[in-house]
Amino acid sequence: MIDIPELSLVVLVGISGSGKSTFARTHFAPTQVLSSDFFRGLVADDENDQSASAAAFDVLHYVAGKRLAAGRLTVVDATNLQSHARAGLIAVAREHDVLPVVIVLDVPESVAWDRTQARPDRSFDRRVLTRMQRDLRRSLGQFAREGFRKVHVLRGEEEIAGAEIRYEKLFNDRRDERGPFDIVGDVHGCRAELETLLGTLGWELVRDEAGRPVDATHPEGRTAVFVGDLVDRGPDSPGVLRLVMGMVGAGHAICVPGNHEQKLARKLAGRTVQLTHGLPETLEQLAAEPEEFVHRAKAFIDGLVSHYVLDDGKLVVAHAGLKEAYHGRASGRVRSFALYGETTGETDEYGLPVRYPWAQEYRGSAAVVYGHVPTTRPEWINNTICLDTGCVFGGALTALRWPERELVGVPAAKEYYAPIRPLTTVETEPDRGLDIADVTGRKHLEYGYGRTTVPAENAAAALEVMGRYSIDPETLIWLPPTMAPCSSSTVDGYLEYPATAFADLRSAGVDQVVCEEKHMGSRAVVRISASGVGDSIWTRTGRPFFAPELLEPLLARVRVAVEPILAELETDWLLLDTELLPWSAKAGGLIRDQYAGVGAAGRAALPAALAVLDQVAARDLDVSALRDRIELRSAEIDGYSAAYRAYVKPTDGLTGVTLAPFAVLAGAGVSYAAKDHGWHLAIADRLVAADPELFTPTRRFVLDLADPSAEAEATDWWLALTGAGGEGMVVKPYAGLATVSAKNRLVQPGVKCRGREYLRIIYGPEYTRPEQLDRLRQRNLGRKRNLALREHGLGLAALDRLAEGAPSWQVHELVFAILAAESEPVDPRL
Amino acid sequence: MLLTVTTTHRPATDLGYLLVKHPGKVHSFDMPTGTAYVMYPEATDDRCTAALLLDVDPQRLRARADSFELSQYVNDRPYAASSLLASALAKVFRTALRGASKDRPELAAEAIPLEIRVPVLRGSAELVTRLFTPLGWAVTATPIPLEEEVGGGDSRYVDLALTGTLRLADALNHLYVLLPVLDDGKHYWVAPDEIEKLLRSGAGWLAGHPEKVLIARRYLAHRKSYATTALTLLDADQPVSEEEAELPVARKAPLAGQRRDAVLAALAEVGATRVLDLGCGPGALLTALIKDTRFTEIVGADVSSRALDQAARRLRLDQMSERQRNRITLIQTALTYRDGRLSGYDAAVLMEVIEHVDLPRLPALEASVFGRAQPGAVVVTTPNVEYNVHYEGLTGMRHSDHRFEWTRAEFAGWAEGVAERYGYTVTIRGVGDPDETTGAPTQLALFRKTETTTEVTA
Repeated sequence: MIDIPELSLVVLVGISGSGKSTFARTHFAPTQVLSSDFFRGLVADDENDQSASAAAFDVLHYVAGKRLAAGRLTVVDATNLQSHARAGLIAVAREHDVLPVVIVLDVPESVAWDRTQARPDRSFDRRVLTRMQRDLRRSLGQFAREGFRKVHVLRGEEEIAGAEIRYEKLFNDRRDERGPFDIVGDVHGCRAELETLLGTLGWELVRDEAGRPVDATHPEGRTAVFVGDLVDRGPDSPGVLRLVMGMVGAGHAICVPGNHEQKLARKLAGRTVQLTHGLPETLEQLAAEPEEFVHRAKAFIDGLVSHYVLDDGKLVVAHAGLKEAYHGRASGRVRSFALYGETTGETDEYGLPVRYPWAQEYRGSAAVVYGHVPTTRPEWINNTICLDTGCVFGGALTALRWPERELVGVPAAKEYYAPIRPLTTVETEPDRGLDIADVTGRKHLEYGYGRTTVPAENAAAALEVMGRYSIDPETLIWLPPTMAPCSSSTVDGYLEYPATAFADLRSAGVDQVVCEEKHMGSRAVVRISASGVGDSIWTRTGRPFFAPELLEPLLARVRVAVEPILAELETDWLLLDTELLPWSAKAGGLIRDQYAGVGAAGRAALPAALAVLDQVAARDLDVSALRDRIELRSAEIDGYSAAYRAYVKPTDGLTGVTLAPFAVLAGAGVSYAAKDHGWHLAIADRLVAADPELFTPTRRFVLDLADPSAEAEATDWWLALTGAGGEGMVVKPYAGLATVSAKNRLVQPGVKCRGREYLRIIYGPEYTRPEQLDRLRQRNLGRKRNLALREHGLGLAALDRLAEGAPSWQVHELVFAILAAESEPVDPRL
Repeated sequence: MLLTVTTTHRPATDLGYLLVKHPGKVHSFDMPTGTAYVMYPEATDDRCTAALLLDVDPQRLRARADSFELSQYVNDRPYAASSLLASALAKVFRTALRGASKDRPELAAEAIPLEIRVPVLRGSAELVTRLFTPLGWAVTATPIPLEEEVGGGDSRYVDLALTGTLRLADALNHLYVLLPVLDDGKHYWVAPDEIEKLLRSGAGWLAGHPEKVLIARRYLAHRKSYATTALTLLDADQPVSEEEAELPVARKAPLAGQRRDAVLAALAEVGATRVLDLGCGPGALLTALIKDTRFTEIVGADVSSRALDQAARRLRLDQMSERQRNRITLIQTALTYRDGRLSGYDAAVLMEVIEHVDLPRLPALEASVFGRAQPGAVVVTTPNVEYNVHYEGLTGMRHSDHRFEWTRAEFAGWAEGVAERYGYTVTIRGVGDPDETTGAPTQLALFRKTETTTEVTA
């Protein structure tokens, strides 16, 4: 029986003809086996070309590295008779923190020679085989020293044929333990606080005859997890050890070692260590304990495993944290990271090592719970949390309930030990968020409502927009999706008409819709809170709307109106989807330069042309057809001018600026995507009622799509709206933003149906000519619809992740993808 | 779009011979973008006017989409005189443009009284006057107003009337070149043969025109290499860098070079060999850095991948020897994200970069550069707004993407604050010819990292 770890690099050793390939084929999948012959063939077209060996092993090591990085067992089929060849493989294993294992196939030279001679592709001297045999003999004693963690030697054909492989789990693999857990931060000898904390968490203590706690049980069968640093500095390290050892021994708790246990164990083993950082206190306290207890404590510490992977891989516990590449791995440096963390090599002004901010860079899906670094307040950073709240320094002892993610803390009775440097506060760390690698390059995203690939060039374009114009990307928690227009209408003179909008939604399986007035302004996303911290207003591409001196007064007014709603919804903040009016407030320059400029040019050029034509006509030349065309154009440019003028209103600073809210997207810990539009609009109405000057109401018409008379009424409503200069309407499934079809697919959150006159500023003054309309009706909406749906799904997922408290990079990658999607070449008039 | 040409040279109807278009008919010509008409609203011996009217078909314009930036949107092409009209002019009046005439060769060679009117032309009255006056025209450029509803004021169009005594061919060539120049956008892709067209149409007048740089650059659609070739052929001066392209022409030439030299001098001063050019743009500084072998590792970083592509072309990265190529790396990054690739350099340069960042976002840039990348030295240059009074005709800031421009006191205040917060020392100096009251046009701050001496208290 050959035991090998589930994840390891298995190195086969044997002379030519010893049966390595047969053995590998028998026990492992073909893709698990990397054979030197095969790689020689790859690089040199000849499996026996020894001159290609160096190149072949280069490639073999590379492939082995990729497999091990992905956590796949890998078997190397080569003679591996020389220590330099094995050293290369040991290095690959170490680089990926997996255990190297050797299996030696030791057959008599004569057997190997017979086999070799039977193979037509092998032609070498018997002397070569003899030399190999000598190398093998020499190697046999060296494997352990070279760094192999397991050595299996199979002697003779019979033993080789009868071998069986058995896989063993790594010590740190406790994925099958699913808790629930109560994870306790650094105790440092604060036994009293630990007893209180366990009590608060619902544990019942078991005491010995002397009244000392020696175990604890939880009525709900919870498991305690200690993140290490049980000892030193505090008043009763032996008492803490006694309790935790009892709990671990009884199977009620799991414990990983801290650096303080590590040092204590070294001291107890008789090694020389510096008597600092509270170790003397522990030794003094232990001196009062019987020797038997000290022995047990030492054995307990020696048996601790440096980190655990728990709960199906969703939870990792290590004293000083653990970067993703080290999860479930075993090597010296993994243990060292788990115990001490990573340092930059520098020291700070207190002479303490500067820690490398691994948590900021952490992008793993497993939550990492750790201690080691005393902080004033535990806070999630990229799905990691430090539970050391400096109890021994007079802070608190903190526990995390898992999977509830609930924090429970008890304050320290006193400051038992003075800290060398002030406790770290998360706030003082300048950045914890977004890395350039989170957004650059080709990205594949699975976001719950679908999957998408962001091409590298779209990401590059979005990065430029984000980098040059956006508000702080970390605060940009959502961007509005683009919206598709309704299918083209065949109604005479119209490109878009309500009937097709209703038909679009009906065919998506929607039976009740709300028609909302489409405000002609600028889309504005408002993040507003009671405290004012982090509030902002941004555009559909994430740009700030106003300079701070205008923004703050605007936010202050919104805040006043929103406050009662915040209280009612029990949230600190809300994210509102609104339209900022008038259009000219933000787009004034665009209107003047682009739209009004074209109007002015047209209104000057066409009469001038008409005057020339009149003079020509007066000379008895026939230009009537041309004159008719120019005259029509002249009427069209007037209609066009009237269309854009309708959206221009004077503003001065904030005077005249209003917001038309129409959806409440999210609050603290919650996405409101599931609420129906009646709910959203009711809140919008309350804002309008609270401050009618600041907020503009959204007119709406709710209808049942099965009711033809309601549809006729809605059509009249739309005709009146657009006839009076309105842009049009958006028809939305009444059930809300996250409406899905019968096939459980996301439905478009709305389709727009724009007014006849408004479309002149989109499609040009002359678009209503029959031949132009016919051409425009052929417009292809497929891309736009796909894009709209994808952006909508990404946005919903961003709100969900936000609600779950996901790390900011996980929210940002989705929001960034929305912006990147806007680089897709889609007809901008749609 | 429309233009009319009138003469009072008797008999005025000879204009028909010069233009090879009979005054008694309405002529029409099929153009790629519509139909061009030539007709005569008046044709007497005293006074004869020819009108060229281009009836642009928006549908055909859109069909040519890729070659034309505005084609997908509502645009002024059907109304304003532009390169479309210039093309029509070239096609319809080809003979007259060459100065040839079968029927009236002497008249074609003679300066005659002319009146030109272009009712809608893109351009400011000031620029139109600057372009046409040196050519011998009396210029009346009346701005076309915007309606009160959008706030009134002038639109970007003028109604242009020119009067003068010139050869008709010269007049038409002036229009052929200057209509697209004023429009500042060509409806077709600018190919190298446009240089030749420009030189041909500009023969005899462009070389001596005070605005030849602007004319060449705009006519050649801002393809710098083309403009440079054209100007060299015209024996013109050599200008300028992108950043100054929007400044009045006379001021730009020396400053870009002076600034680059000042930055190189600052890098030499701190002995930097591994340097970051943050916001390198199309590589104005990189080309200088690569020439100096003292710099062993050069990283050009910019938020715009297009700018990086331009830099790669400008540096001819694909033709560089391996040794040279290994010295330089171009990366896209945004200083609002953490980027480990930027750590560990001797020096970073932010040349004319900070003023392109929104003020509220500036602390994020400071944190990236001074807090995280932590190069040994940082060189920052930015405009000195006090100096702007010396730029004649400059309204607002020096570049349309500048989010702010600082006085010397504001810059110094910022620099000292940053130095204090991130453990650097800073010295500030001016770049460019200083003026007694306003200082130099550019200001430069050289930050050096303070050696961190760890005080371990026993």
